[in-house]
Amino acid sequence: MKSLKKTRRIQVIAVAAVALAVSTALIGYALQDGINFFRSPSEITAEAPPETEVFRLGGLVSEGSLVRGQGETITFSVTDGGATVPVEYTGVLPDLFEENQGMIGTGRYINGVFQASEILAKHDETYVPREVIEALEAQGVYRNPTDAAGGGAATN
Amino acid sequence: MSLWEYANPKKFMQTSGWLLPIFAVSSAVMLTVGLVWGFFFTADDYRQGSTVKIIFLHVPAALMAINAWFMMLVTSLIWLIRRHHVSALAAKAAAPIGMVMTLIALVTGAVWGQPMWGTWWAWDPRLTSFLILFLFYLGYIAMWASVENPDTAADLTSVLCLVGSVFAVLSRYAVNFWNQGLHQGATFSVDRETNIHSSYYLPAYLCMAGFVALFIALVLLRTRTEIRKRRLQALLVRERLA
Repeated sequence: MKSLKKTRRIQVIAVAAVALAVSTALIGYALQDGINFFRSPSEITAEAPPETEVFRLGGLVSEGSLVRGQGETITFSVTDGGATVPVEYTGVLPDLFEENQGMIGTGRYINGVFQASEILAKHDETYVPREVIEALEAQGVYRNPTDAAGGGAATN
Repeated sequence: MSLWEYANPKKFMQTSGWLLPIFAVSSAVMLTVGLVWGFFFTADDYRQGSTVKIIFLHVPAALMAINAWFMMLVTSLIWLIRRHHVSALAAKAAAPIGMVMTLIALVTGAVWGQPMWGTWWAWDPRLTSFLILFLFYLGYIAMWASVENPDTAADLTSVLCLVGSVFAVLSRYAVNFWNQGLHQGATFSVDRETNIHSSYYLPAYLCMAGFVALFIALVLLRTRTEIRKRRLQALLVRERLA
C-alpha cells in the first residue's frame, strides 16, 4: 500500500470494497436456504422433505391446537397463515411457548406429522410492563400484537 | 481549523487530555443511573418477566461491539489513504474494547436465550455472524501483535478490518436479509417507531449513551498509551544511536 500514490490507494480500496460487497451478496443469495434458520409450513407442504432429513420448522402455534397428551407427549399445529403442519413433541417446553406465539422445532417430517426432538420459543421485539398490559386490557384498548400482525409475527 | 489537525500527535494528546475525564465521568454517571434504574426500578415484562432486564446490558454491548468495528474501519481507511499514525493507533486501541463488548453481548445473549428461547446458542444468521465478528476481533488483535514493522502491521490490519466489516454489517442487518431466524428484529431504531414501552426505553437509552461514552473514554485512554509507547520506542532508538 505505501508504495502507491494516494489517488491509486483510494481506487484500490474502492474496488476492494465493491468486490467484497458483491461477493457477500452472491454468497448470501446462493446459501439462502442454508443460512435461513428454519422452514415455514408452506414450504414443507409444498415439497415434503424425506423422512430421514432432520430440519427446523418455524411458525405460529395455531390457536386451540395445543393438546397435552398422556405422559409428556404434546401435540399442536404450526401455521404461517398459508399452510398448517401438525407437530408431536415429547419433552419440556420453554416458558414462552404458548398458542398464537412463534416457535421453532427441530425434527423429522414423517407421514404428514412433524416429530420434533427440540422446541424453541421465538419472541418478538415488543417489551411492555405487565401492569401496562393489564391496564390496557381492562380498558379494552389492547390488542395482542400477534393477532394484529397475523402470520407475520413469526418472521420478525 | 480542520479535522486533520488532530492527526498531529501533540495536538491529539492535548485535546484528548481534557476530553478524557469528561467522557469518563459522564459514562460512570450514566451507567450507574441507567443500570440501577433498569435493574431495580422497572416493572417485569408481560411475557418475559424480569428476564427482560438483560436488555439493559445486552443491547448497549451489542451496539458498541458493532459500532467499534465501524470506528476501526473509518480510522483504518484514514490510515490507508492519508497515512496518519494517530488514526492507525486509534484503530489498534479500539480492538480489545470492541472484543470485550462482543463477548459481553454473546454471554448476556446466551443467558437471555436459555430461559426465553430454550437454548443457550443456535446457529441463527444473526448469532452466527456475531460469533464470526468476535473471531475477527481476535484475528485483528493477533495480527497487530504478530507483525514486527508497525507500518506494515497497520496496513495488513486495515485490510483485515475492511473484510471483517462484512460481518459487522451482517450482525446488524442479518435479521432483515434472512427473515427466517430465531433472533427477533431490532427494538431500537432511529427511523421507525419502537415497540418498547417508555418505562424501558428511558433507562435503556441512558445505558446506551453510557456505553458510548465508556467506549470513547477507553479508546482515548488506550490511544494515548499507544502514542506514548511509540514515543518511548523512538527515544530508545535515538539513545542507542547516540
